[in-house]
Amino acid sequence: MNDNKTTNISHIIQVKDLTKQFGSFTAVDHITFDVKRGEIFGFLGANGAGKTTAMRMLCGLSFPTSGSGTVAGFDIMRQGEKIKSHIGYMSQRFALYDDLTVMENMQLFGGIYRVGKKEIDRRATEMLQKLKFASERNTLVGSLPLGWKQKLAFAVATLHRPEIVFLDEPTGGVDPITRRQFWEMIYQASSENTTIFVTTHYMDEAEYCHRVSMMVDGQIKALGTPTELKQQYNASSMDEVFRTLARGAKRGD
Amino acid sequence: MTGFTSFVKKETLHILRDPRTMLIALLMPVVQILLFGFAISTEVNNINVAVVVPHWSESVRQSVEKLSSNPYITYQGAIEQGEIDQYMRSGKCDAVVVFSNDFDKVLSEWKQNGTGENAMQFVMDASNTNLAQLGSGYLTNILAVDQMSSDMMPEIHMLFNPQMKSSFNFVPGIMGMIFILICGILTSVSIVREKETGTMDVLLVSPVRPLRIILAKMIPYFALSCINLTSILLLAHYVLEVPMSGNLGAIIVISLVYIALALALGLLVSTIAKKQVVALLISAAIMLMPIVFLSGIIFPVENMPDVIKPISAIIPARWYIDAMRKLMIQGIGFVGVLKDFIILCVMTIAIIGIALKNFKDKI
Repeated sequence: MNDNKTTNISHIIQVKDLTKQFGSFTAVDHITFDVKRGEIFGFLGANGAGKTTAMRMLCGLSFPTSGSGTVAGFDIMRQGEKIKSHIGYMSQRFALYDDLTVMENMQLFGGIYRVGKKEIDRRATEMLQKLKFASERNTLVGSLPLGWKQKLAFAVATLHRPEIVFLDEPTGGVDPITRRQFWEMIYQASSENTTIFVTTHYMDEAEYCHRVSMMVDGQIKALGTPTELKQQYNASSMDEVFRTLARGAKRGD
Repeated sequence: MTGFTSFVKKETLHILRDPRTMLIALLMPVVQILLFGFAISTEVNNINVAVVVPHWSESVRQSVEKLSSNPYITYQGAIEQGEIDQYMRSGKCDAVVVFSNDFDKVLSEWKQNGTGENAMQFVMDASNTNLAQLGSGYLTNILAVDQMSSDMMPEIHMLFNPQMKSSFNFVPGIMGMIFILICGILTSVSIVREKETGTMDVLLVSPVRPLRIILAKMIPYFALSCINLTSILLLAHYVLEVPMSGNLGAIIVISLVYIALALALGLLVSTIAKKQVVALLISAAIMLMPIVFLSGIIFPVENMPDVIKPISAIIPARWYIDAMRKLMIQGIGFVGVLKDFIILCVMTIAIIGIALKNFKDKI
């Protein structure tokens, strides 16, 4: 694999034998997969399975011990900094600043990704209108309900129009209606050709993904569309697939 | 550069919107300066003194008169020899002056021969050592000086601080503490807060370099410290009347180096701590405590045991306070504090180096 930006236009993420070791502990053990452009890719696994570590490597937050791969056409071993300007990221823990207003948060993150001042204003206004949020632009984020905050965090993570957005358990602690609305936003972004890479605990959400991978003890044990996986494991729901796979897990809680 | 300026703006807003930080950062220095300047002092100005007089004579009466009219002394009257212990224990007096039985005779002997028996005895309550030492000094000055031949008694000049104002001494000490508090503690807590809430991850996946993130964090605290430096210097000069006779430029330059050092210390702590509480505890343990006890603010470095002295030498505040004292009170020029300045510079560079290395390793 070479690091040319135009290596493979249809695959936005390609990794081969990606491994991360902490001392003698192998958090991520030779994972190989790819993600297509515009796809909603569910990255599932129990706590401690190595999801977050794998995701951090893809975002350039953590350096792989061995393996190779590209994200948005850049080599994760050598071009971590370049990857960063082409991705968006939203963490499981709330990721906006409570003591800044909605607009100030947008201006901050827009500024960080070098979107022009006027452009930030235009995109932010458009987004807030779409979310029926326009009246709250000068409200401190801290005073908003959690569900709104999370929708807003997604809006902020996609403000600079990244090619791919990493969502680390974005809907944790949110009620079902808001989760539904959140997934509508995800579909919207996906239809505009933004790739979504999402980790989640909720197996019903796994059904919404185009393709999912299941991680157990640092390895990818299954990968495919929800329909394929259910057939393969002779299960009626993703929840059942997950439980069949996770039964052999040694790590986790 | 837009990324960087939006960061600085964000950090400034964090500080401005947090009333507690603002209160600590801007009000505390003023309160401390005024508190130490006026309310807390190590001067002794109210010593309770009683006398024991076996035989009253004209010269004894004169001495007692001098005692009772002295503003630093509260005269408690004459008591019996046997009552001394009881008066001391009950706290009614801090010192007792016992005149000799034949005071007049001893005095004339002194005047003729320049030698003789003790004309009087001071009994001091040494449970408060500071008061006992200063008190006996006062009593010697008041009573003994003109009774003895003048060529025997040294003439004492208090240079630089003739009124022995303790506030003079405290101002450099408070400066040494304030900058560590504002730059060191507040920056470390603010960096660790982002780790704790998860926003640090969001910043780190952005294309902004980690070093820029940290630098942007430090700028508002640096600005705050400059405001404080100005207010402290103004208060010290115009309200507490600290002379500031030295080189003002040197005071500012050395203070800026010290502020940079405090910021680097804050960064260092933030690379070690994962929780805000931990950052606060580490800061208090490795920054504040040693400053209070070992930097010479309260206890002079010269008095420390030989084991402790080298420890005090690695505390940056010691050198800063030393330099400030020389510049503000003694009024010597930049050359006089060159050693302090160089030591501070070396320490600053070393701490910045360690902090940055640590910071990179962690990320």
